[in-house]
Amino acid sequence: MGKVQRILSLGMVVIVGVLLISAVSLTMPDFGSFPRRQIGENVESAIGQQILENAPEQTGAANVVTSVVWGYRGYDTLGEATVLFTAVVGVVMVFRAVGRPE
Amino acid sequence: MAGMSIIVRTITRLLFPFMFLLGAYIVVHGHLTPGGGFPGGVIIAASFVMLILAYGTERVRKQVVFTRAEVLESIGGLTIGVLGLLGIIVGVAFLQNVFPLGDFGRLFSGGNLPLLYLGVGVKVTAGILLIFYAMLFGFGGEEE
Repeated sequence: MGKVQRILSLGMVVIVGVLLISAVSLTMPDFGSFPRRQIGENVESAIGQQILENAPEQTGAANVVTSVVWGYRGYDTLGEATVLFTAVVGVVMVFRAVGRPE
Repeated sequence: MAGMSIIVRTITRLLFPFMFLLGAYIVVHGHLTPGGGFPGGVIIAASFVMLILAYGTERVRKQVVFTRAEVLESIGGLTIGVLGLLGIIVGVAFLQNVFPLGDFGRLFSGGNLPLLYLGVGVKVTAGILLIFYAMLFGFGGEEE
């Protein structure tokens, strides 16, 4: 790779990096502000806001993450446990086949 | 696989109950503090792995740990399934809470969330241990 090509590629990397960083930093929310996902015009109907406000009364758990993980999204976590189960079964299957005498 | 030196064994023996307790605490308090069944189960499994690495595999090989871990993992999975089906039996949705919510912030609160996390904790502990056992004993061909 020649010297000119090196300078060109370095310049391209710098330009693309500056563009990406400025694009991200200009559209980011302010530090400490909670980005609300709105549905329509109503701020209060955003689902994250609804969960944060109603989770303690609806699930009775002090940890909101837990009430999301097993309360609001139980199916997702059930699938997660199934993924772990499948991984364990696969590993045990492979290693048992190796260890079994002929 | 042989064990490690007397220093490692002593430290491991002293550290094991505290590590186990930390994992159990994280599992049981999953609905109150950060954590839950997955990280707590991994910590409990890591405490057993630490013991096995320090003391060698001869003691483990004498006991039937493989079957025991398989049974434990099935029990953990069954707990989640039964708790999910309990909602259908009572008449609400799958995995929906059917127990009383209790006092907010206490250990016995949150309906079925702590029970589900207990099932996940047992399941993750047994699963990680099963992977470890399989990799430990798999190439030897001496088990069974």
